[in-house]
Amino acid sequence: MASVAAKVALEARETPASRSRIRRITLRRLWRFKWGVAAAAVLLVIVGSAVFAPWLAPDNPLTVDIQHRLSPPVWMAGGTTAHLLGTDQVGRDLFSRTIYGGRVSLVIGVAAVLVSSSIGVLLGLAAGYFHARVDWTIMTLVNVMLTFPFVLLALAVIAVLGPSLLNMIIVLGIADLPLYARVVRAETLAIREREFIMAGRALGMSHPRIIFRQILPNLVSLIVVIATLQVARVIILESFLSFLGLGVQPPTPAWGNMLGEGRVYMLNSWWIAAFPGLAIFVTTLAINLVGNALRDWLDPHMKL
Amino acid sequence: MKRYAAHQIVQLVVVIVGISMLAFAILHVIGDPVLLLLPQNAGKEEYERYHKLLGLDQPVYVQYWKFASRAVLGDFGKSWYTDTPAFNLVLQRMPPTLYLTAAGLVAALLIALPLGILAALKRHSFVDNCCTAIAVAGQAMPIFWLGIMLIIIFAVRLKTLPASGYGTWQHFLMPAFTLGAFLAPITMRLVRSGVIEIMNTEYIRTARAKGVGERTVVVKHAFRNACIPVITVLGLQFGQLLGGAIVTETVFAWPGVATLTVDSIRNQDFPVVQCAVILLALIIVSVNFLVDLIVGLIDPRIRIGA
Repeated sequence: MASVAAKVALEARETPASRSRIRRITLRRLWRFKWGVAAAAVLLVIVGSAVFAPWLAPDNPLTVDIQHRLSPPVWMAGGTTAHLLGTDQVGRDLFSRTIYGGRVSLVIGVAAVLVSSSIGVLLGLAAGYFHARVDWTIMTLVNVMLTFPFVLLALAVIAVLGPSLLNMIIVLGIADLPLYARVVRAETLAIREREFIMAGRALGMSHPRIIFRQILPNLVSLIVVIATLQVARVIILESFLSFLGLGVQPPTPAWGNMLGEGRVYMLNSWWIAAFPGLAIFVTTLAINLVGNALRDWLDPHMKL
Repeated sequence: MKRYAAHQIVQLVVVIVGISMLAFAILHVIGDPVLLLLPQNAGKEEYERYHKLLGLDQPVYVQYWKFASRAVLGDFGKSWYTDTPAFNLVLQRMPPTLYLTAAGLVAALLIALPLGILAALKRHSFVDNCCTAIAVAGQAMPIFWLGIMLIIIFAVRLKTLPASGYGTWQHFLMPAFTLGAFLAPITMRLVRSGVIEIMNTEYIRTARAKGVGERTVVVKHAFRNACIPVITVLGLQFGQLLGGAIVTETVFAWPGVATLTVDSIRNQDFPVVQCAVILLALIIVSVNFLVDLIVGLIDPRIRIGA
């Protein structure tokens, strides 16, 4: 049977007419995700420029040039091609700083999401699978964390731990974990009643094996979609903390602290605050669009 | 209804105890208050003396009990910075925060309700696509950046609105819009999907069949019922809204609890931070509790399900 089907499929593929049909269908499918694909391209450019910053940036982001301080972007009167997006209050090149600034945001965003998704998924699996006391304990913890505004929690903990890259990753990772726990728990509750789980148990599979081999694979696409969307949220929060001066410390360029420094000069030099903010906006927009497309592609029925 | 309310109250108490532990832990487990209080060159003897003075030589649960029993009476200790009771400091700053939150909520509804209903009624049209685009862009917008851009445009360039501060209605416009823009996208999506779902129900068809005008169908029959999920989610989003208010306050130098908290963090004034965190969390928890009760009253399916 199988070999016949394979043969038919092979023959079908060989005719030129069907080949163009397949291409057309593929293109149409891709067209459905046009926004996602475009956003992925933009995101690739942003990630690429952050990774290859030392080769791409025209200037050192830390080089001070006090003579050319507060120079406007190139298209305004007084702007020079030497500084495409102008310079900040001590004459550092804004274009280079914006390119380098992406490094901090992306590293913290991805690392924090890795922390929160791994812990959150484990908690959600445990709560959904074991029910009763385990469920109650974990969900109470999660509810306490959920009632706390994310921002407030992060602020309070950073205040005590002190700002550093590692602390930011830990704090944002922990603050972001309840979402995964809740969604994974709900899905686990539903899956655990399905027949293949009962079959697994009847065959004498151990709990860990059922959880990690039978339940978890069914949740992967959901987790990937949430994690993608959460990177954007974490980046916004990280830049807010840096904006307040509680995150990444100057002179290290980060979009948040550039925005914070630029705020002081917004009366005359709007560009210092405008471009890092634009960078945050474009990045989070691209990530959200990619996340939405990923959701539609992996599972159009996903409730998110 | 009584059982439902009792269930909710038990949960409320657990959550409040949890929050107080968290706030306690922030200072006492993670950090060492003595090191924060004493100058860096203080000797070991001085350290021991302060350690004892603050009761830090006692077991953690005794310390927590002392902290909690005083906190219940509104005693969070004195501010290390101004030497006035932390509770009073925070309480003074509470009204501006609550006004801002309310104004933000109104702004969000003013944006989200018309757009959401319009998008639902003209589904898959150009208008709907525009609304979706606005929602997607709004969700990606860092609101502190939006606030700064508003200041640059309206206060610095056009000079029509005050850049920061508090007092007149003009001071409310930009912060309220900023906060509204934060909450509007998700509200708009909810309104849209709620109205779409309800427009397909049979009682709407019945209403149309008996000759009720389209406007009445939308306003009286559809919108009222679409309100229930919106109210629920908005109530549960209250924490997010307050979180957004914190961000907005810091941008516009709004004299609320958030600016106080951020200033206190900078001054390492932990009693104030602790007090502010607990009071804000209490407000959020009580609002959630009330929303749960109200929803349970309106919709019997929920209280039976619980």
